[in-house]
Amino acid sequence: MNEQLLTNLTIFVMAILVGFAVISKVPATLHTPLMSGANSIHGIVLVGAMLIALHATEPLGQVLSLVAVAFATMNVVGGYVVTDRMLQMFRRRPTAPAKPADEAEG
Amino acid sequence: MDTIDVLVRLAWLAGASTFVIGLMRMNSPATARNGNLVSAGGMAIAVGATAVLLARDGAGLTAWLIIAVGILVGGGLGLYTARSVKMTAMPQLVSLFNAVGGGAAALIAIDEYIRLVNLPETTPVTTTVFVVLDILIGAITFTGSLVASGKLMGLAITPSKPVRIPGGQLVTVAVAAIVVLGSVFLFLGNESLPVMLLILAASLVFGVTMTMPIGGADMPVVISLLNSFTGTAVAMAGFVLNNVVLIIAGALVGASGAILTKLMADAMNRSVLNIMIGGFGGGDAAAGAAAGPGGSVRELGVDDAAIQLAYASSVIVVPGYGLAVAQAQHAVRELAELLESRGVDVKYAIHPVAGRMPGHMNVLLAEANVPYPLLREMDDINPEFDRADVALVVGANDVTNPAARRPGSPVSGMPILDVDHAKNIIVIKRSMAPGYAGIDNELYTNEKTGMLFADAKEGLANLVAAVKAL
Repeated sequence: MNEQLLTNLTIFVMAILVGFAVISKVPATLHTPLMSGANSIHGIVLVGAMLIALHATEPLGQVLSLVAVAFATMNVVGGYVVTDRMLQMFRRRPTAPAKPADEAEG
Repeated sequence: MDTIDVLVRLAWLAGASTFVIGLMRMNSPATARNGNLVSAGGMAIAVGATAVLLARDGAGLTAWLIIAVGILVGGGLGLYTARSVKMTAMPQLVSLFNAVGGGAAALIAIDEYIRLVNLPETTPVTTTVFVVLDILIGAITFTGSLVASGKLMGLAITPSKPVRIPGGQLVTVAVAAIVVLGSVFLFLGNESLPVMLLILAASLVFGVTMTMPIGGADMPVVISLLNSFTGTAVAMAGFVLNNVVLIIAGALVGASGAILTKLMADAMNRSVLNIMIGGFGGGDAAAGAAAGPGGSVRELGVDDAAIQLAYASSVIVVPGYGLAVAQAQHAVRELAELLESRGVDVKYAIHPVAGRMPGHMNVLLAEANVPYPLLREMDDINPEFDRADVALVVGANDVTNPAARRPGSPVSGMPILDVDHAKNIIVIKRSMAPGYAGIDNELYTNEKTGMLFADAKEGLANLVAAVKAL
């Protein structure tokens, strides 16, 4: 086991503990936005997808990295946008009366 | 390590920190939106820094083209689906994003393994271990999440009801054997792309056989579990690429998903293991087992119900899964506002698993412009049922069953809303059909209860009209 791996393991375990500590305080009201927010955070895999695109010289590798970048970006962009859409609806007092269009949505 | 390396590492560290800060700010509705934006900003910094690193390392035109096209296509799809999704369809979208996240993590591992195998020196076993874990978890998440999403969308190939795959257990055992034997072979120091691809194929199959037999009602727990899996797969990808920001962010999500999954399962009075295994084994055993003789049910007309509500001084609305399915969140808000304008004190009692996911009901009601201070959590509102004139139950069932307080029932021990403590109870429900637990709800035969048989949306609309006519 080399030094790099040990460092990575240390960071991994600490991050898990931080995750537990941070999450266990969130009220049930926000669990769905939280799940969605956590969902967008794992879109960080985009960084990994960009890094493998650097070495993609063979056609196969290029296709794999292209799909990986597209998947990861969908995760990032979609995740943050939908979480924001949810959270902007949490208001202390309604700002505007519900539009009739809202009713038609069902 | 030159200056650019240092700056990129620091930018990644900043990104990882914003993820933690963002999650912390999700502690309260007032700061949650800001927390999400902070987290998104950190993501932009991390991705931007990666682009700088690529430029320094002399990325060719092809690499930039791949990244640009990938970002445009993926970003466009993500933006479109996120903008257009209905709030009731939120769980399937989260599941879809899990699928692509897990898929991307698995693709990274495959690509990296192909590169490593082609290098003259042998791949260290420690790297192989993380490649295998990344492929295994990422691939299971990919197909599992697609099936889960399909089930919630009601697609024909993935019916919402539990599907018993013929010889499914045999398939599961076979794919498990392939994964275990293949991993042992690779961990012994062998390098083989075909074996790695075999593990990938087995994991993809396993994702399907794992999720197919689980019923739609349990899907939110499964999605939450798969969210945790995706995080873990991303952390594994971080080990494969030796990238700290992937490890931190992946571990954070892995931990948060695990906690959420447990919270959800607890609120349904089931263990996560029970839900996952239930798919492989019986599962339907509980249904029908305890369907005893009903007792008498009092049916209530719309006008009577409207009078009870309009002349009450305090009403507690108990929205449930049926309200979400009927998309009646706007109708319930309209009724509540109408009652408030008549001086009735209206509150909402939100059970932790109301809707399709924990907190989902809050989102639906927020969408319908209900101010969040009116939404009260179970422990907070339960003492108030004693003082409430009317409890209006809309499409909630098992979470109101008083039988949960006694041992010997399938719902025993499940935390419930004390609806039966209210002076009068009105239940809007389509039929006497039992809820998910498959047992009769004693609340419906309570002498204080009046049943208003209707679809949630239609019943509420009729109530609004009747109250207006008073």
